[in-house]
Amino acid sequence: MKRSSLLAAAGIVVLLAACDDNPSPPVYGANPPLPEQQYGLLPSMKIANPASWGDHKPTVPEGFTVTAIATDLGIPRQTLVLPNGDILVAEGRGGSAPPLRPKDFIAGIIKAKGTTPVPSGNRITLLRDADGDGRYEERTVFADHLNAPYGLAFVNGQIYVANQDALVRFPYREGQTRAEGPPEKVTDLPSYINHHWTKSLAASTDGRFLYVGIGSNSNITERGMPAEADRAMVWEIDAQTGAHRPYATGLRNPTALAVQPGTGTLWAVVNERDELGPNLVPDYLTSVREGGFYGWPYSYWGQNVDPRAQPQKPEMVAAAIKPDYSLGSHVAALGVAFSSPVMGERFAEGVFVGEHGSWNRSVPSGYKVIFVPFRDGAPSGSPVEVVTGFMGEDGKTYGRPVGVTVDPKGALIVADDLSNTVWRVAVTDRSPSAQAPADMGSTTTDGNGSSN
Amino acid sequence: MVAIVDHGRPARAIHPLHAVLLAASLPLFLGGLLCDMAYSRSFEIQWSNFAAWLIAGGMVFAGFSLLWAFIDLFRAGRRRGRGLVYFVLLLITFALGLVNAFVHARDAWGIMPDGLILSAAVAVTAALATWFGFSSLRIGARMGETR
Repeated sequence: MKRSSLLAAAGIVVLLAACDDNPSPPVYGANPPLPEQQYGLLPSMKIANPASWGDHKPTVPEGFTVTAIATDLGIPRQTLVLPNGDILVAEGRGGSAPPLRPKDFIAGIIKAKGTTPVPSGNRITLLRDADGDGRYEERTVFADHLNAPYGLAFVNGQIYVANQDALVRFPYREGQTRAEGPPEKVTDLPSYINHHWTKSLAASTDGRFLYVGIGSNSNITERGMPAEADRAMVWEIDAQTGAHRPYATGLRNPTALAVQPGTGTLWAVVNERDELGPNLVPDYLTSVREGGFYGWPYSYWGQNVDPRAQPQKPEMVAAAIKPDYSLGSHVAALGVAFSSPVMGERFAEGVFVGEHGSWNRSVPSGYKVIFVPFRDGAPSGSPVEVVTGFMGEDGKTYGRPVGVTVDPKGALIVADDLSNTVWRVAVTDRSPSAQAPADMGSTTTDGNGSSN
Repeated sequence: MVAIVDHGRPARAIHPLHAVLLAASLPLFLGGLLCDMAYSRSFEIQWSNFAAWLIAGGMVFAGFSLLWAFIDLFRAGRRRGRGLVYFVLLLITFALGLVNAFVHARDAWGIMPDGLILSAAVAVTAALATWFGFSSLRIGARMGETR
């Protein structure tokens, strides 16, 4: 009897830990409310429950159609549209972080349930729509035997690929469907442990520099500070020489980078730290200032100190820059792309953001592609849902968006690494009346105080 | 060390396997406490990794000891006495240890100060449980009587 009451007590502990203080929906904008830090006994987890799309498709706004242009890929992450309209898809899974604590073993098993079981593609696939009918009938392996390729960029006749351990490039002739040989290495990238292995990539407009986003080697320094050397930062790499320097630091996991057309400013989406509660810490979209420090690990959203990073550094906290735009906690933004007028009037100025979706929130967040409108070159107003339906009402998860890319022909390319599909969301009607997607205004911080 | 108790069965010292299970948990919990102290002074993360494993190990042995002590309660019939004290101490040790294991699943300094306090409490209750476990007599098996 005592034994059973003990089990009951343990059960209550688990239940208590699973109850959040009513997680609010993700909160957007420049000044998200930041609730008190919570340290539960168990992180509340709600892992995606994968299911096949079957006849389903993601939901897109009126005036758009969505088609799967490639399926059965080897974990598609980021895409790139070449000048002739061909699409490159980087496929793979990286990371070799060993489990260190009992927790790591258990969390690893649980989190793996929410991802695809297929092996890492470690390759770049080329998709071609020769007749321009929106169906990509030709599919070739552009390059393989790569090491978890992620970031892609095309500039000055070179295709740059950010593998998990090195930045490499392939010379490219228009119309090529297969790389001529193994790539040339530009520079090694930090790859020790690779807790956050994805190496995001963007090229400066003139092609002189490449920017690589390098994620931290832990959630919040639990692998020790020495493991964080050259981590949680964006490198600026000289395309000619491979020489590199930290361009901006304190960015926990800059999972996607984009250079703003016109201004040439570098922008990033960044995944923030976990285990401070369901509504902390917001993932964000921000312009990246040269030499800027964005807080990780010492503080978040400016000067909010994270006591888990010890010893503290008050001078670093004081220097931390507040990011531009909150995307909501745990949404796991993994893709960002600047839009253009080809996407229709409503989406003419702003960025698309692919949100992979949460794992440690009792009410899941993310699992969609949103559009953050810009005005005068900066985010302005509420985001708009663009591609949804990745997680059904029944709790089943059909897909998880990663990279987003704007096709100048008037489409959004979305990589889905759960169903191993690349989706093409094409504009069919550019008139503004046809495009009336759901506004997410109720959850912005502009002008309303609804928060928790 | 044989004493005659009721049912005519001889009382005997703790079963050797039970003794091993019980004795093993104390140094593990104590090691967890020392590692937590080392982490709290040095910020060296490896100490907290050690602490997490030592506590997990202590829980395995404490868990089996608890099960054994629970079964012994029934075998002791009406004369529970110190056996009950032993069981309750082990139960407290296990409950505190479970909470402590969860606290040690937090990242970096997030385990502090809760983890250090709990590790100290668990080390104390584990020491007391071990004391009572080894100093109380149990009812011998019938088999021993017939030989």
